[in-house]
Amino acid sequence: MTQEVIFEQEKILKSPWGGGKSPFGVSREKFTMWIFILSDAFTFGGLLAGYGALRASLPSWPSRLEIFSAFPFINAKLPLLFVSIMTFILICSSLTMALAVDAGKRMDKKGVIKYLLLTIGGGFLFLLCQAYEWGHLIHEGARLTSNPWGVPLFSASFFVITGFHGSHVLSGVIVLIIMAIRVAKGIYDKRGSYEGVEVAGLYWHFVDLVWVFIFAFFYLL
Amino acid sequence: MTEAIHHSSRKVYWRVWFQLLAITVVEIIVAFLPISDSLMALLFTIMALMKAFLIAGYFMHLKFERIGLIYSLVLPLILIVALAAALIPDGSVALLMRLGLGYY
Repeated sequence: MTQEVIFEQEKILKSPWGGGKSPFGVSREKFTMWIFILSDAFTFGGLLAGYGALRASLPSWPSRLEIFSAFPFINAKLPLLFVSIMTFILICSSLTMALAVDAGKRMDKKGVIKYLLLTIGGGFLFLLCQAYEWGHLIHEGARLTSNPWGVPLFSASFFVITGFHGSHVLSGVIVLIIMAIRVAKGIYDKRGSYEGVEVAGLYWHFVDLVWVFIFAFFYLL
Repeated sequence: MTEAIHHSSRKVYWRVWFQLLAITVVEIIVAFLPISDSLMALLFTIMALMKAFLIAGYFMHLKFERIGLIYSLVLPLILIVALAAALIPDGSVALLMRLGLGYY
């Protein structure tokens, strides 16, 4: 490489970028979160596509109306009711998260904390439901490599996919608790913007978005 | 003025929440219908995509971002569709092999 070319490259690296300020019109924090969400979408896309391929390769699959029919404290078969309630909880927590971001835009600190706590509560409730569901299936004999319904790949994909999603919910709850503490401390009031809450909200909505596909293709199909 | 805008955005969130619930109820009803698996998969794909548009568009505010950002985030998702389109037919071939009906 000639000396002139290296000099030219150094000049470009040191100069401000010629593409204009903020080509996407969002802050660095928000853009980074979007890129993370995109990469996470590929993770879940890969898992669900793999699940689709596994299912297409098997002559039979356990009946969802049989397997997802347990309900805590009730000794009757209620197909799909429990997972529908889990979906309802997650949709509601997405709404309260959107309302928290909206309160942040109005610089309404109390409103942000109220809605963040509601969202955390929803996430926690969802995790409790999932713990019950896992406990119930494990009690029935489902394992990562075997289960009493004769299709080992069913419980393998169930635990991997819902476990991956559940760990995302858990991290989301932790992030939101940290956010609530930061809001209560007045960090965003001092900064004059509640964008941190908005960025955390993007992640939370994404977790809900992934559940839409898991619910449709794993539980209902 | 800004208060009025914020008030209407709150109304939009409640409306989206209600639409998400309504689609979910339809999904659960469809799950109990005596229709073929492939038709059910098609219906669920359509309804899941509708819900995804509502969540990403309104809750995640993507509909109101700059068009360049929307394309940068949505177009790469075609790769997921491509992956599913490549893997799922492969699974069907594996089914034939499992059943001993075809050798590839």
